[in-house]
Amino acid sequence: MRAHYGKVTAAFAMISALALSGCSAGGDSSEAGAEAGACEASDGPVTLQFTTWVPGMDKVVELWNADNPDIQVEVQTGPNGNSGTYQNFFNQIQAGNAPDLGQIEYDALPNFRVQDGLENLAGCEGVADAQDQFVDWTWGQVTFGEEDAVYAIPQDSGPMAMYYRADLFEQAGIEVPTTWEEYAAAAEQIKAEGSYITNFPKSDVNWFAGMVWQNGGQWFANDGESWDVNLTSPESEEVATYWQDLLSKDLVSTLPSFSDEWNASFNEGDQWTWVSAVWGATTLSTGAPDTAGKWAVAPMPQWEDGGETAGNWGGSSTAVLKGSEHPAEAAQFALWLNTDPEALALANELGGLYPAAKSAADLESFAGGVEYYGGQKIYEVFSEASAQVNPDFTWGPTMTQTYTDVSDGFGAAIGGSGTLMEALENGQQKTIDSLTSQSIPVSE
Amino acid sequence: MSRSAAMLIMGVFTLYFLTPIWWLLTTSTKTGGEITSTAPLWFTANSLGTFFDNLGRLFTYGDGLFGRWLLNSALYAGVGALIGTIIAAMCGYALAKYEFRGREAIFNVVLSGVLVPATALALPLFLIFSRVELTNTMLAVFLPSLVSPFGVYLARIYAAASVPNELLEAARLDGSGEIRTFFSLSTRLMAPALVTIFLFQFVAIWNNFFLPLIMLRDQALFPVTLGLYAWNSQISQIPELRSLVIVGALVSIVPLIIAFLALQRFWSSGLGAGSVK
Repeated sequence: MRAHYGKVTAAFAMISALALSGCSAGGDSSEAGAEAGACEASDGPVTLQFTTWVPGMDKVVELWNADNPDIQVEVQTGPNGNSGTYQNFFNQIQAGNAPDLGQIEYDALPNFRVQDGLENLAGCEGVADAQDQFVDWTWGQVTFGEEDAVYAIPQDSGPMAMYYRADLFEQAGIEVPTTWEEYAAAAEQIKAEGSYITNFPKSDVNWFAGMVWQNGGQWFANDGESWDVNLTSPESEEVATYWQDLLSKDLVSTLPSFSDEWNASFNEGDQWTWVSAVWGATTLSTGAPDTAGKWAVAPMPQWEDGGETAGNWGGSSTAVLKGSEHPAEAAQFALWLNTDPEALALANELGGLYPAAKSAADLESFAGGVEYYGGQKIYEVFSEASAQVNPDFTWGPTMTQTYTDVSDGFGAAIGGSGTLMEALENGQQKTIDSLTSQSIPVSE
Repeated sequence: MSRSAAMLIMGVFTLYFLTPIWWLLTTSTKTGGEITSTAPLWFTANSLGTFFDNLGRLFTYGDGLFGRWLLNSALYAGVGALIGTIIAAMCGYALAKYEFRGREAIFNVVLSGVLVPATALALPLFLIFSRVELTNTMLAVFLPSLVSPFGVYLARIYAAASVPNELLEAARLDGSGEIRTFFSLSTRLMAPALVTIFLFQFVAIWNNFFLPLIMLRDQALFPVTLGLYAWNSQISQIPELRSLVIVGALVSIVPLIIAFLALQRFWSSGLGAGSVK
């Protein structure tokens, strides 16, 4: 799932401040081992509440309800996670009436972990054994590398590749770039044709993180005791310098992502590529309907010639929220939801989810060619990319704020004051300040 | 000269306020694809057909969810504003017309309520309502909207100015009880103020977004503002919602316009009533 981080309103900032002051006792990860194992099945029939914003999830749950009269699931929907649902989760956890299950994106999970908002499912039946069924890096996202700990079941992922206008590249006689060096060279040629190679998304800082992820960079690390913040690592700097160069030479546009102008620029052929996640396939086909059949998908450009690494943008999990009275049943449902072939196929059809389960490659909906992309079997590209994502990437516990800070800096860099690197340095400092002010230990 | 300058400024501001509404109107008559590809402030060739098509989809999408939201909003705002107005009127009237100890203190406390933003109260209200298991019910949105400190203030000022003590004494001499006097005599004299309070409350509840966002989980209980917001946050996953959100926004301001037009008569007569005594 993608999220719009720009929508965190001032009101929310105020409320989060209130909420945090009420439950800043989080940050204690020592009880993890003790919790696991306490996952007993309940007596008699239970009803679970599941809050999600994935379209069509109610239909998927109907499948489960029909087969499991003793474990009924009620679906509740609301706005996108960062548009309010996460804050509601925190409030509800604090008030002790959170839903049993909630959809949480990977980059928000550490925040819930630090505020002690998740049930450890490691002791629940079948959970520990399920590891092999999920793409490695997605499993890393839900365990945080802790022993005997599984805090959510991976749901979907966003492996990245490059969407490009096959027709325009061919007409102009420009090679489709396979490395970032070639990409920059192509950008100049395309500028000469009067178009842009791509758009630099100021507010999609998690897209930028996906780029750093591909380059082997790590923004956060947690050794179980304290957090290491490293937005300014050499890998991160390389990515920032690269895009800064394209920006300075005016080789990329700077439209707000997913806006009407942005869609229109794709629709009118002003954008030749989009390095994006698997879910972008539908974004593109609905946003730029006039260009149907002209697009194709190739692996992301590489930093090294012949390299095989991919980044990831987005993805979410099904978590059991703290205070659930039926964690065993909730875990059972979450496992089914994210591994059952029928459920996965339906969630993809209605909600556009690309499953985190390895079995996704066998699903019929991902096997065929896609008309919009000239009949190319694009999901084969993404399936390969998915296996090339570095499994160790960790998100920090204050991602929303980090995104906002870095995005502000990116905006300034686009406006000509400052650079992307300065934005990262600033984001680094503010992230550390924010962690410290919440009494979350940071290693120097 | 100054007259034409004033007209110019007014013209600019009128344009400033009306342009978004005009955009909403023109954009409602477009399909998802046309929104990005046609002139933003003008209609397309088959505007009317597309508009009714959009309307049809708006009211049928998700088993008629939007109609449900409209009804919810009408209920929250209509009944909430009505009861809220009655409470505010009684309270303001009492403060204006009865002498009792602590009168000014109570008035000052109520008045300070005007200064507290509703968003700051939302989370404490959520925690309280959680304790009494009222979250995710209609009452959770309904109860907090019944109180209007500003309404009390307005009712007091207006009652003091427009309800003569002599009239109240005459009513008492004729044997009318206090409650009967209030409902059959005073409320009529206070009518313009009551209409104003009702309108303010109606608009405030109709536009209230943050409280329902925090309180409600079941989308069958959503008011139209929260429903549209939820849809809007899902546009990236379901792009067809883009045109529905726009048409929905247009439809959702219609009841406000109707309320204003219907009550304008009482309202504008009230604004001038006390001015030339």
